[in-house]
Amino acid sequence: MAVLPLLIYPDERLKQVAIPVVQFDGTLQAFIKDLEETMSAGPGGVGIAAPQVGQFQRIAIVDVSGARRPVPNNGRLLLINPKILAEEGEVKGREGCMSVPDYTGNVIRAERIRLKAQDDQGQWREYQCEGFEARAVLHEIDHLDGLLFLDRLVSRRNDLFRRKNYQSTDKPA
Amino acid sequence: MNNWFMLTLVGNDRPGIVAHISAALYDAGCNLGEASMMRLGGNFTIMLMVKYEGKAKALGDVIEPVADSMGLHYHVDHIKAHLHQHLLPDVRITVYGADRSGIVAKVSGALTEAGLHILDLESDVAGSEDKPIYIMHIEGHASEGIEALRSALEIVATEGVEVSLSPIETMMG
Repeated sequence: MAVLPLLIYPDERLKQVAIPVVQFDGTLQAFIKDLEETMSAGPGGVGIAAPQVGQFQRIAIVDVSGARRPVPNNGRLLLINPKILAEEGEVKGREGCMSVPDYTGNVIRAERIRLKAQDDQGQWREYQCEGFEARAVLHEIDHLDGLLFLDRLVSRRNDLFRRKNYQSTDKPA
Repeated sequence: MNNWFMLTLVGNDRPGIVAHISAALYDAGCNLGEASMMRLGGNFTIMLMVKYEGKAKALGDVIEPVADSMGLHYHVDHIKAHLHQHLLPDVRITVYGADRSGIVAKVSGALTEAGLHILDLESDVAGSEDKPIYIMHIEGHASEGIEALRSALEIVATEGVEVSLSPIETMMG
């Protein structure tokens, strides 16, 4: 097991589109262990994608079960060749990225998603995610497509009356 | 040696202010850091970190001709500053209501007592001329927790302003 070095933007390789995983073998499983260790080593990291460590394959890990404030979650999600099947709603939230130190910004993401992905044996599984976890999954899938949250920033100003944002982030009345 | 200056510029808004000022600074060999620039009440305002290898007076000489030509007042301060000093906000507060004097003092006073460190504040007066409304957006760090702020705001909210508070959960992926 090893903590892998992270690519840091403006490293152009972060803009590269990753290729699907076809070989589900010991090499893959060893890499997944390293990727997970790298995610845990980052401060507050709840997700990581293979391109962040220079491996341009469609592999991501998301685990929001240890988030500072408890949120609905599926535990540790290993997402190989993930495909979004459905998206619903939209909500603004704050994101940062281990590959973009010292900056956080607001991004609009789907509120609920349904997706399928392969596990480390190549089996397809289906997941439903909402809120913070859905945000993490979408952020990591973006990495597989060469996109950073910087590509999706929205202004902090003039968004007071966005009703959806209101409902999802406010304490229920 | 620390060569950061805070350059402040204020004057009647017109197109081209940013382009002219930044060109003059670039030509003089300056580097720009973090900035806040916005139109406030028909004025354009700039607070800009400038790195310059000379004295404040010399930087003033760089700015003066272009500021004069655009009808801007300027001010230069040598500052103790560094980049990469961002603090992560963990709470967002929005306040709005019929405009009247004392809203900011009341709200910020209550929040400060409850442990808020304001990192970013934007406010607007909107609505119609005869019935103006005041809208304020704060992002900050709740040093005594978010519940303390919530309790403090409940008292303010009974005085005719709408206040909402939501945690900012930064998704680090």
